[in-house]
Amino acid sequence: MNVPGNVLGQIVRTLRGRPATELPVPVDGETAASLASRLEATSRARLGRSLAIQHIDAGSCGGCEIEIRALTNVIYNLTQFGLVFVTSPRHADVLLVTGPLTRNLVEALEQAWTATPDPKFVVAVGDCAVDGGVFKGSYAVGGGIGTTLPVDLLISGCPPTPERILAGLRALLEANARS
Amino acid sequence: MSASALIRSAATEPCRPWPRHMLAPSDWTEMAAALAGEPTLALLALWADTAHVHAILYDEAADEPLLASTRVEAGRYTALSPGRPLSAWFECMVQDLWGHTAADGIDQRPWLDHGHWPQTHPMALRSDDLRARSEPAEFLSVAGEDLDQIPLGPVHGDIEPASHMRLTGVGETIVRLETRLGYTHKGTLALMRGKSPRAAARFAARLSGEATVAHAIAFAQATEAALEAEPPLRAVALRAVMAELERIAGHLGALAAIGEAAGIAALPMLCGRQREAVHRVAGLTFGHRLMMDCVVPGGVAADLAPGGAGAVLRVVAELAERLPELERRYERAPLAPRLSGLGVVSAAQVSSLAAGGVIGRAAGRAFDVRRSPGYGAYASFARPVPLLAVGDADARTRLRLAEIGDSIRLLRNLLDTLPPGAVSIPLSADSGEGVGFAESARGDVWHWLRLDHGQIASVFMRDPGWAHWPLFEATAPSGQVADLPLIQASFDLASSGVDL
Repeated sequence: MNVPGNVLGQIVRTLRGRPATELPVPVDGETAASLASRLEATSRARLGRSLAIQHIDAGSCGGCEIEIRALTNVIYNLTQFGLVFVTSPRHADVLLVTGPLTRNLVEALEQAWTATPDPKFVVAVGDCAVDGGVFKGSYAVGGGIGTTLPVDLLISGCPPTPERILAGLRALLEANARS
Repeated sequence: MSASALIRSAATEPCRPWPRHMLAPSDWTEMAAALAGEPTLALLALWADTAHVHAILYDEAADEPLLASTRVEAGRYTALSPGRPLSAWFECMVQDLWGHTAADGIDQRPWLDHGHWPQTHPMALRSDDLRARSEPAEFLSVAGEDLDQIPLGPVHGDIEPASHMRLTGVGETIVRLETRLGYTHKGTLALMRGKSPRAAARFAARLSGEATVAHAIAFAQATEAALEAEPPLRAVALRAVMAELERIAGHLGALAAIGEAAGIAALPMLCGRQREAVHRVAGLTFGHRLMMDCVVPGGVAADLAPGGAGAVLRVVAELAERLPELERRYERAPLAPRLSGLGVVSAAQVSSLAAGGVIGRAAGRAFDVRRSPGYGAYASFARPVPLLAVGDADARTRLRLAEIGDSIRLLRNLLDTLPPGAVSIPLSADSGEGVGFAESARGDVWHWLRLDHGQIASVFMRDPGWAHWPLFEATAPSGQVADLPLIQASFDLASSGVDL
């Protein structure tokens, strides 16, 4: 077989090298337990061992999106946990919402939530989504996702690191399995 | 008289580093009419305060910015949009925020105001609380047989900023693309008023997350110009280090998005890994992965962490090693051939909208504010601006790759010659007016502000997106619907910076 040298070199490097994906840290049990009791209290039906995530921009500056996108890189490798991004709220189990919820996006967010099949989770990512962040009090923002939708999990930070977002999502996955 | 001569002959108001020319309303009207005859006078931004409208133009013949203002009389001023189409969106924004009407403007539709705010004209002296709901967004009408409309957004399938696109087409062929923005309007300008520059810098840093460093630099420079303050040399060099790291991260992100849109997994894989390394070293060195709030008026928030310069150089070295592989993967079919000829913008379109960044430079507009007018640490590392003429998605992507290499060289130079000393100076609580600018990964950002005893009386921040969205609209007609995600990825569009 005739294989070009650079391709051969690449194959050898790939076989010898360690995987780029980092070893996962244990799930945050405390968050998972409190989420699990929340799920029981609302007697929400169980989803499978994987979650389909839809990202929704509710007025973000774009900072949180950088860190959410980082979850899909080979270092964090979100899919190894059974977490996948989908391209429509109709296919989603989780709405991952960023931004302070601008008044111009309230209707769109409500429509996306209505389009998402039950059972569903809402995760507010970033200080803005938690309570409006620095934009709190503006005429143009509502003050966080919770003012319009029932939020199951808040992930603070401006923006939260990929580790934090991943920890939150994995706690949700774990709680879903326990409840 | 030419438009630029009319502006130059008007009386000036003190603004640094360039004076602001105050035109009488009649002279402003004459200037607006003369714009069409002077294509080398580029309009960068138009904004307002409670009594005036202001414009920043760039005289490409003299290679310097020109600031012009006029009084708003009876709620009206003469529109610049008949001579400079880019002005239309700015005029809509001025109407929505301040209530000043652009007489003879080519577009009078609501823009930022979608009818959901508790008040109209929130930046005006007396905003109207008891408002009538404004009309729902109207799109241009289309007449013809067998036309389909495809509405996209504001909620998109991918991890994308909120925006709405209305596609009109015949089958797979696009007839018109109209975008509607304003969804992410957060009232940033109103929140900055009355705050100290230090407090307001947090908002400048959150105008557009992918350009947080560039906007923070432009804001800091505008403040320092207004107060006649000189930041320490070390701070100036560290700002450039942060800006180049941000540029590399931004270009890698755009390349990854292009690979994803084309369905090629190898490119996002490689870019994602390198980008993560950049954010990690930024976090270790400057204390924040995106370097948000690390540039402050008066300098930078903190010095490099111990060993930071070495850590950055190691990441840069690894990236330099990987860059040829990245270029190879791009060159290889089907990617580069797929992109060539897609989303072509002409040199005429680029110069009429004064589009900056790789979008402008890929179509022959050699504009990079790092080189001219020039600022900060870049003066010491003069080098040619990478330039292409084709103006298609392929040219934009090639320039991104070239600029990553350029930023690597700059970072090595900057870190090798890092001056010692303090990293910030205290700022006075004086009054003054200033302009600042910086080159982000997406293009030139411009900030203007007026300080009144240390508090912001008026401010405007111009993101490069103002020119890029209309240009994206212009590329769509006669293209294919299936190509649109690729073209969009090659533009690297974001809405928050334009939505304010």
